[in-house]
Amino acid sequence: MNISSIIFYAISALILGAGILAVTSVKIFRSAIWLLFSLIGIAALYFWMQVEFIAAIQIVVYVGGIVILIIFSIFLTQQSGKDLPKPAISKMVFSALAALFGIAFTFNLINHYGFDNTSSAPFNASVNEIGMQMLSTSSYGFILPFEVVSMLLLASMIGCIVIAMKSSTSDTIPLNNKKD
Amino acid sequence: MNEIPLTHILFVSTALFFIGMYGLFTRRNIITMLMSIELMLNSVNINFVAFNKYLFPDKLDGVFFSLFIITIAAAEAAVAIAIIINLYRSHNSIDVDDATEMKY
Repeated sequence: MNISSIIFYAISALILGAGILAVTSVKIFRSAIWLLFSLIGIAALYFWMQVEFIAAIQIVVYVGGIVILIIFSIFLTQQSGKDLPKPAISKMVFSALAALFGIAFTFNLINHYGFDNTSSAPFNASVNEIGMQMLSTSSYGFILPFEVVSMLLLASMIGCIVIAMKSSTSDTIPLNNKKD
Repeated sequence: MNEIPLTHILFVSTALFFIGMYGLFTRRNIITMLMSIELMLNSVNINFVAFNKYLFPDKLDGVFFSLFIITIAAAEAAVAIAIIINLYRSHNSIDVDDATEMKY
């Protein structure tokens, strides 16, 4: 066991431990902070796999964007010091049984299949390669999904503004009673 | 680097997926359910990148799939939080048990 494997198992322990605490913690703010640590661990796993661009995107989008958004919505919608209600014991037991069964089943499948890798080409995921292939218009280029996903981002941005916008009149006065 | 087989990375991502599933089943608060969904999406991303690196190192398709999944997850989280704020405004609670008007 060399230093690289030790680093891998340490990162895995961080991811899984923080993930378990994120789904079981009774304070919602602590739950969000554990989610933050789990996402940082996943970014470290990407660094360990030498996919630096995905790791940077993971840190920028998840750690810097989504978790901050979640923390803001926690502050906007509830008292962060209050405990969450405990789920019913029977529900906890059956959910844990379902999750454990799924883990055992999938572990068994993965163990039996084995995944012998035949290709030994060098893996090159530099930013240069990713950028060239993402914006290339030839076959195996990803310019069409890139444009479609930019339209999706624009649509979701407008949709968020429309959904969360506070309408000043229609909340209090029903439509048929409104003057003029 | 080569001492870790692909199956160990798949074990980690499987465990993370089912941790997220457990959270989705037990939590009744919409924000914590959203956090569980983020964990599940991240485990899928780990799978894509690991398969790309170990089995098809001459291609980059898995990296692109995880990039697009991250983008769509960001859009999804933004829309979900807009819905949560709107729900809180109308129901004064973000518990899924309190929003049952469309249940039956």
